[in-house]
Amino acid sequence: MAHVLRIRDLNTRFDTPEGEVAAVNDVSLHVDAGESLGIVGESGSGKSQVFMSALGLLAKNGRARGHVDFHGIDLLSSSNEELNRVRGARIGMIFQDPMTSLNPYLTVATQMTEVLVEHRGLDSVAARAAALRYLEMVEVPEAGKRLDQYPHEFSGGMRQRVMIAMALLCEPELLIADEPTTALDVTVQAAILEVLADVKRRLDTAIILITHDLGVVAGLCERVIVMYAGRVVEQGTVEEIFYAPQHPYTLALLNSMPRADRGAAQELQAIPGQPPNLQRLPPGCAYRERCPVAEARCIEVPALREIGAGRLKACHREQPA
Amino acid sequence: MSAPTAAPILEVADLRVHFPMRVGGFLNRRDVVLKAVDGVSFALARGETLGVVGESGCGKSTLGRAVLQLIAPTGGRVLWQGTDLTTLDRAALRDYRQELQVIFQDPLASLDPRMTVGDIVAEPLTAQPGSPPRAQVRSLVKDTLARVGLLPEMINRYPHEFSGGQCQRIGIARAMIVRPQLIVCDEPVSALDVSIQAQIINLLRELQREFGLSLIFISHDLSVVRHTSHRILVLYLGKVLEIAPADALYTEPLHPYTRALISAVPLPDPKRERGKQRLVLHGDLPSPLSPPSGCVFRTRCPWAAAVCAEQAPLLREVQPGRRVACHFDAPGERAPGAAAQ
Amino acid sequence: MVATVKHETLQRAAEVKGRSLWVDARRRLLRNRAAVTSMAILSFIALLAVFAPWLSPHPYDEVYWEFIQAPPNFEAAHWFGTDGNGRDLFVRTLYGARVSLMVGILATGVSLLIGVTYGAAAGYFGGRVDNLMMRFVDVMYSMPFMFFVILLMVVFGRNIYMIFIALGAVQWLTMARIVRGQTLSIKHREFIEAAHASGVSNVRIIFRHIIPNVLGPVIVYMTLTVPEVILIESFISFLGLGVQEPLTSWGVLISEGAKQMETAPWMLLFPAVFLATTLFCFNFIGDGLRDALDPKDR
Repeated sequence: MAHVLRIRDLNTRFDTPEGEVAAVNDVSLHVDAGESLGIVGESGSGKSQVFMSALGLLAKNGRARGHVDFHGIDLLSSSNEELNRVRGARIGMIFQDPMTSLNPYLTVATQMTEVLVEHRGLDSVAARAAALRYLEMVEVPEAGKRLDQYPHEFSGGMRQRVMIAMALLCEPELLIADEPTTALDVTVQAAILEVLADVKRRLDTAIILITHDLGVVAGLCERVIVMYAGRVVEQGTVEEIFYAPQHPYTLALLNSMPRADRGAAQELQAIPGQPPNLQRLPPGCAYRERCPVAEARCIEVPALREIGAGRLKACHREQPA
Repeated sequence: MSAPTAAPILEVADLRVHFPMRVGGFLNRRDVVLKAVDGVSFALARGETLGVVGESGCGKSTLGRAVLQLIAPTGGRVLWQGTDLTTLDRAALRDYRQELQVIFQDPLASLDPRMTVGDIVAEPLTAQPGSPPRAQVRSLVKDTLARVGLLPEMINRYPHEFSGGQCQRIGIARAMIVRPQLIVCDEPVSALDVSIQAQIINLLRELQREFGLSLIFISHDLSVVRHTSHRILVLYLGKVLEIAPADALYTEPLHPYTRALISAVPLPDPKRERGKQRLVLHGDLPSPLSPPSGCVFRTRCPWAAAVCAEQAPLLREVQPGRRVACHFDAPGERAPGAAAQ
Repeated sequence: MVATVKHETLQRAAEVKGRSLWVDARRRLLRNRAAVTSMAILSFIALLAVFAPWLSPHPYDEVYWEFIQAPPNFEAAHWFGTDGNGRDLFVRTLYGARVSLMVGILATGVSLLIGVTYGAAAGYFGGRVDNLMMRFVDVMYSMPFMFFVILLMVVFGRNIYMIFIALGAVQWLTMARIVRGQTLSIKHREFIEAAHASGVSNVRIIFRHIIPNVLGPVIVYMTLTVPEVILIESFISFLGLGVQEPLTSWGVLISEGAKQMETAPWMLLFPAVFLATTLFCFNFIGDGLRDALDPKDR
């Protein structure tokens, strides 16, 4: 079965006054229909830039090289017109801050129907009916009335639901959600995640969930990719990553997280040091300086190797601890 | 976490912070009151951490500031070691500033970008009359920087030259340099990377153990709060819905809202996360300008009954050390929406 | 991770120098060629003004009967020619620079001192104090300031110090408004709250925290005020109310030169070029400063 999205050997560089920054290094991944892939990482991991590069949304000083295959279309070599046809219609995007993604001067109805008229060629009556259906699908109460309201009249959680509805309007094959619930209250977050799970089930949408929150990933995703300093350091199913992490960073991340189901008696095992500074990366493995089991051979960048079916890790060691 | 000593060092009684506001257009102006904090009471012992949790608009940040008198409370009392801080004027309060400190959410924004780290950390000392001589202050600053895990040689650097986690350590150093007895931590790790959060949490716990600090730990992140607090207070629209020891709150939440909150927290454990039962809350948070009558939570409570709209429930002790504001002792055992007992 | 190092070692470790935001801004400014060139030109003009007496063999008030309204003449060292009274125009232009630049800078300085303190206090204290203070500013604003300046000149005489005061008294109003606006936008920031929580007094918060953080727009505005003041002074002089003879300013020279534009164009040309160049330079520097101090960059 063909993948919905396949990224191979993606490399992204930014030109800054202080020199060239390698934000994404040799990243490869794929996602299939009806599957949810979690991309986990902290600041500097490059997790957002991978998809900004793939969708042609890089800042002016960025350059991306590699292959990004979306149903046979190579996105990296597509023109802006071709990308515009794909973005919004076949690939939906949800960002962290719903307020900046919604035009405050247009009603929700206008913004939603605009997308439908543009990409699906619907007339305005049909478009409005479709918009209403999607708002109801994401459980916006009194959807009919709220269609004619402006973004600022919605609470944060409601706005995010509107964003999801807008992203789903054209029934995209792929949904990319970048920290969609980070700014939301925990009860609202749980509801939004259920909406996403529901959408995945019903429309067979492939979902890529970019987040730093491992709890969210555990609930929604089947496969997980862990990134650090612009590289993939581990990949596996969600059970493999959480119950048998193979990379020291993944293991350390899991051990350093406070959990709501564990008491405070155990001290958190904090990862020492600072998140990587992409402008001044140490030679070799970027995690080396913070790794409790770093060895002499870590002075060489470890290759991402396959240790099982779909199971990858970028570490010289056999065991993570 | 080890049990703190018993006598309360801080007692807050019926604290209220109300903001009068004008809403409406030109022709239909109305005067309403935003009750950000509406009758909060709790006690805090020396060496204890009280976690304050709640979602947006619950008033937790306002509560923290009101305890420190950074916002003037509209009513109630704040007894710090027996003295009611609400009755003191600005000059008298200054004497207490060294005992009560605060750490903020945004590490970089809480530091003056035009001052060196050394000056920032020294300020609580130098702002008071009778501050020690410069050389001594400088030495103290360096010691404090080292104590929070920063290199003392960085004393002349500026905030923008540090990472988020380091800036938060600077903020902690500033709070610690005057050897306070209470620190209000307002979302101290929310803006930090996950791997750095643990560092700062561990640092705060160490400092608490070493100096016998009392902490009020305000956060929306329930996983972090469980790990840092001895007791937890749950706020909703300015009212306390439940107070309980941390472990008890999480293993056996009593208030419907607490149950909804705890069940919504994502667990980094796929089997448990997918298998768990979530208590779904319907509807939106009501506007703080027009809170529901009676119990403020009733519009979203699956077990709301007629009495909930008529009377606001009092915070009462249903088990030793646990207080809940609900008319029913075991709301979950009634069918949702059933008639009042 | 906490460093457990001996106390003495801590104290002795060499301190690392910090890189303040001003240093960053200065670096950005120095990369702006227009600004750097303007600063160089302005410095040059200022030097000319300072060393005026030594740069020309002619005193500024001496009358040369053989050279009444004479065009530029290199043998007699009248490089810019002479004016209607036979005085050397080169040295008078440089003395004019002294007056114009001094008026510009000092009047702006006066407006700065009054405006910044007033605006920061109004913005910081807020409420009724702010209301009262800014209503006063509004009232002052509504007065026709030109009229006010002329009135001062007429009543107190054409004293150069009077000019500073009059111009400064007019310019501080806008400065106060700008500073008040900036103060409002930062007074709720967390580092100000932290200062409150540390028991810092109000006065100290204003001078130590608020003012340094609003200086960015203030500095930019200053570089735009200086040319404005110079122009106003020129205008007053044009009207005949400026500095007293034999002292001169560019405004006076331009005024005289304009009258003789057809017959002795050099009388207008040289002071006008100096004035225009100076104004351009201040404007370019102001632009450069605004870009350099833009808070979005940090």
